[in-house]
Order: sequence, then C-alpha cells, then structure tokens
Amino acid sequence: MAPEVLPKPRMRGLLARRLRNHMAVAFVLSLGVAALYKKAYADFYRNYDVMKDFEEMRKAGIFQSVK
Amino acid sequence: MLPRAAWSLVLRKGGGGRRGMHSSEGTTRGGGKMSPYTNCYAQRYYPMPEEPFCTELNAEEQALKEKEKGSWTQLTHAEKVALYRLQFNETFAEMNRRSNEWKTVMGCVFFFIGFAALVIWWQRVYVFPPKPITLTDERKAQQLQRMLDMKVNPVQGLASRWDYEKKQWKK
Repeated sequence: MAPEVLPKPRMRGLLARRLRNHMAVAFVLSLGVAALYKKAYADFYRNYDVMKDFEEMRKAGIFQSVK
Repeated sequence: MLPRAAWSLVLRKGGGGRRGMHSSEGTTRGGGKMSPYTNCYAQRYYPMPEEPFCTELNAEEQALKEKEKGSWTQLTHAEKVALYRLQFNETFAEMNRRSNEWKTVMGCVFFFIGFAALVIWWQRVYVFPPKPITLTDERKAQQLQRMLDMKVNPVQGLASRWDYEKKQWKK
C-alpha cells in the first residue's frame, strides 16, 4: 500500500462538465466571430450607393428587363 | 458450448482464435493439451473464457490443480506461472505484442489505389466523351466576367476581391 493516500478523483459528471465548459467557450467565441461578421457588413453598407451599383450593372449588360 | 455473443464477436473480429492458433503452434506448452473444437482463446475483448486453455492434464498438473484449491500463499512462483499457462494461452505481454501487419495493409492500400489510378487513366483516354464547350478557357473567362458584372458576394466574397476602378484583383 502507498504510504500517502491520493485524493479520490472525480468519478461522475465528467461529460457534463466537459460539455458545460465547451459550451461556454463556444458561446464566447461565436460572439467574437459574429462581431467580426457584422463589422464587415456595416463597413460595406455605410457608403453604399445602390443606384450607382445598379447603373454599373445595367451598363455591363447583365439585365434582361433594362438595357 | 460457447456463448453466442462470444461466437459472434470472434467471427466479427475475424480470427482472435485463428491468431491464437498460430502462436500456440509456435510455442511449447507445459504438457497439457488443448480442448478440442475450441479455437476461441482469451483476448482483450473476451477476457474470461469458459474453458481453460488446457483441459487434459497429466498427473502432476492435476496435483497442481488440487494444490490450487488450498491457500495460494503455499504456491511457489513457478507453480503460479504453470497454473496461468494452464488457464490461458498468452500472457498480457504476449497478447499485446506489436506486429508488422500495418506495413502489409498500407502496401496493399497503396497498390490498389495505384491500380485504380491506372484504370481511370485508361478511361480518360479511351472512354470519356470530349469536355463540354463551357469548360474552355475563353468561356470560363467570360463566365467570370459576368459574375464580376453581377457583383456576386460583394461583402466578403468574389466581387469584394475585385478592384472595379483599376479592373484587377485587389492586392
């Protein structure tokens, strides 16, 4: 027998604890990713002129309804 | 004789017994004979078989089994080893030994992948019809130009990488 006794390790709830920790980390990371995504869209639409875009596309000749 | 679960396990694993048969022919046993019709020896997934490894024991082995019924502290180390060898065909170290099977497996895998590649090459030359006209370089360039005109995925995708003033890809 060992002279000193080790503490008994955690025997139950291991998967639950792992899932809980991973859920928390995933939630925080997803918030970060969403923030980046929203920033890309905000930057695009801040100075977006839809009529200018439409004119460019019309001149390129891709529409069938307007030439 | 053997439990049905054990049989299905053996058949599915494909030869725990057969591999055990090879090793037992190679090594010499103490003197007991194996039980007939049983080719299913103890494995990691079948640790406690019903039948011991050797069932036909000669006189001294039977005396040993009688001695086993008493206190085990009376047994010498050699007797304990002999009793283990009567009960099981392999020790844990022997059971867990490495093998070179992976080399055979990888070799066969690569060989057949190469063979399939040769077959597909032959098919490219003799079987496949000509490529459609839309896959020529000129047509692909026209398609890309049309996608840029339509400004597909302008936020993060294709059109966002194209510089419309300078008519080139963004650096």
